[in-house]
Amino acid sequence: MNAQLIQIAYLAAASLFILGLHNLGSPKTAIRGNTMAAVGMAIAIIATLLTEGVVDYPVILAGIVVGSGLGAVLALRIHMTSMPQMVALLNGFGGLASVLVAGAELLSYIRRDAVPEGTVPVAIGLGNLIGGVTFSGSAIAFLKLQEMMSGAPITFPLQKLLNAVLALVCAGLCVGLAMEPTNLLYFEILAGLSLLLGILLVIPIGGADMPVVISLLNSYSGLAACATGFVLGNSGLVISGSLVGASGIILTKIMCDAMNRSLLNVLFAAVGTDGGGGGGAAAGDQGTAKGYTPEDAAVIFNNARSVIIVPGYGMAVAQAQHAVRELADLLEKKGITVKYAIHPVAGRMPGHMNVLLAEADVPYERLIEMDEINPEFPQTDVALVIGANDVVNPQARTEKGSPIYGMPILDVDRATHVFVLKRSMNPGFAGVQNPLFFNDNTMMIFGDAKGTVMKLVEAVKELS
Amino acid sequence: MLDDPSVALTILVLALFVGFEVISKVPPLLHTPLMSGSNAISGITVVGAILAAGAEELTLSTVLGFVAVVVATINVVGGFLVTNRMLAMFKPRRKQS
Repeated sequence: MNAQLIQIAYLAAASLFILGLHNLGSPKTAIRGNTMAAVGMAIAIIATLLTEGVVDYPVILAGIVVGSGLGAVLALRIHMTSMPQMVALLNGFGGLASVLVAGAELLSYIRRDAVPEGTVPVAIGLGNLIGGVTFSGSAIAFLKLQEMMSGAPITFPLQKLLNAVLALVCAGLCVGLAMEPTNLLYFEILAGLSLLLGILLVIPIGGADMPVVISLLNSYSGLAACATGFVLGNSGLVISGSLVGASGIILTKIMCDAMNRSLLNVLFAAVGTDGGGGGGAAAGDQGTAKGYTPEDAAVIFNNARSVIIVPGYGMAVAQAQHAVRELADLLEKKGITVKYAIHPVAGRMPGHMNVLLAEADVPYERLIEMDEINPEFPQTDVALVIGANDVVNPQARTEKGSPIYGMPILDVDRATHVFVLKRSMNPGFAGVQNPLFFNDNTMMIFGDAKGTVMKLVEAVKELS
Repeated sequence: MLDDPSVALTILVLALFVGFEVISKVPPLLHTPLMSGSNAISGITVVGAILAAGAEELTLSTVLGFVAVVVATINVVGGFLVTNRMLAMFKPRRKQS
């Protein structure tokens, strides 16, 4: 096909991506937006297949068939609770593809006895570096989220120094490639070191900071695609890659703001524990938290007029979203209004809670953002906190010395009654004790979130 | 093609602005589908992979290209499908029956 027509096809694809992302801005048009982007991708792929020089169709089609099969199986079988892992995995594949394409291009230059010119050698280096960091970093994020390795930060002496030296060496190798574009050894060392760098950058980051890491890796996968665009001199890739890069940067910023921490702090401060140890002792001087049964709670729910449910990662772990919806339905039948308060960093990725509750058929109008719902807590009879901790910790408002001071929180403590469903008194990921649990209006119900909510449903039913 | 680096850089910067503009309007409600959807878009690297895999003779470079086609297609197909699956679950309130 004519080279100019192919460029126009890429332009059409990029336009469809932009329109698609625009339509993703509202739940009413989002499916259409996703379809538009997919059509754009199909156009780009078909145009590429018709490019002069692309001749080996069996190999390409075999790759596409295998990739589509694996992608489809993954997409259709993954549980909604595992969505953060899925996104980490997909980010990683995108990064890996960029490394491979950069390598293949360099080899093809060398085989033709040609020398890459202009921005191409730099782009080959950057595609290798960013793609490699994205791939191995995403792999570690995946392992942490899948709990195949501990979510606790892994730190060792001189870690930051080592990372800084590694990053400098990688930058040096990129410069080396720019000066000697056909030096394959530089490329190979860079590939190895960028993989190592990706691993080292993600291991010190705690599980609760994963929303930031995933957003950032999302951005990297876009920038890697962008670098590939420069390698190939393809404007379609440059545009699409930078769209994704921008998307990841925005989400990263939103996540950092929601924790009142800088990106540097999230990446390098190794905040967080495994959610275990160290809790008991700290509880000492704060009085005792009061444990209640679901039957006690049912009486209060029965007399309430308004309930706000505050879900956290614990709801995802316990797969309690369907039981929660059942409880909400029951309360609504009694004429009680039920809303859900969603903190931006609740869960392990941006929007995690919304997806889980949507899966449980909760209408999306009920899922309310933090700034909008906070003024409603003082007029609310019951706040029901399910597996959330740091995002409802009033210390963030008052304790200047606390590691979470200044983080915007959901003001559940201002509701008339607060129920907190929790497995134990262990502190949250930030490792800070939560004074909310010791407040006079707070009632703790210990146990598995799903089991507790189901008992609550039974107890409320018996009252009516 | 982008022989002139300044043209490519112009496109890059303008696209970043468009990206910031479009994406800052997406509400937190849809941040997960936004991520998986934009992720699928970053699978556009599949274009480079096809170009590398499709060259005439079989070399290490076409082999790398083939692997790249596989992983990039997983990214594209997996990303769009899972986004679609998620978005299909977002429903408005049903009419009271």
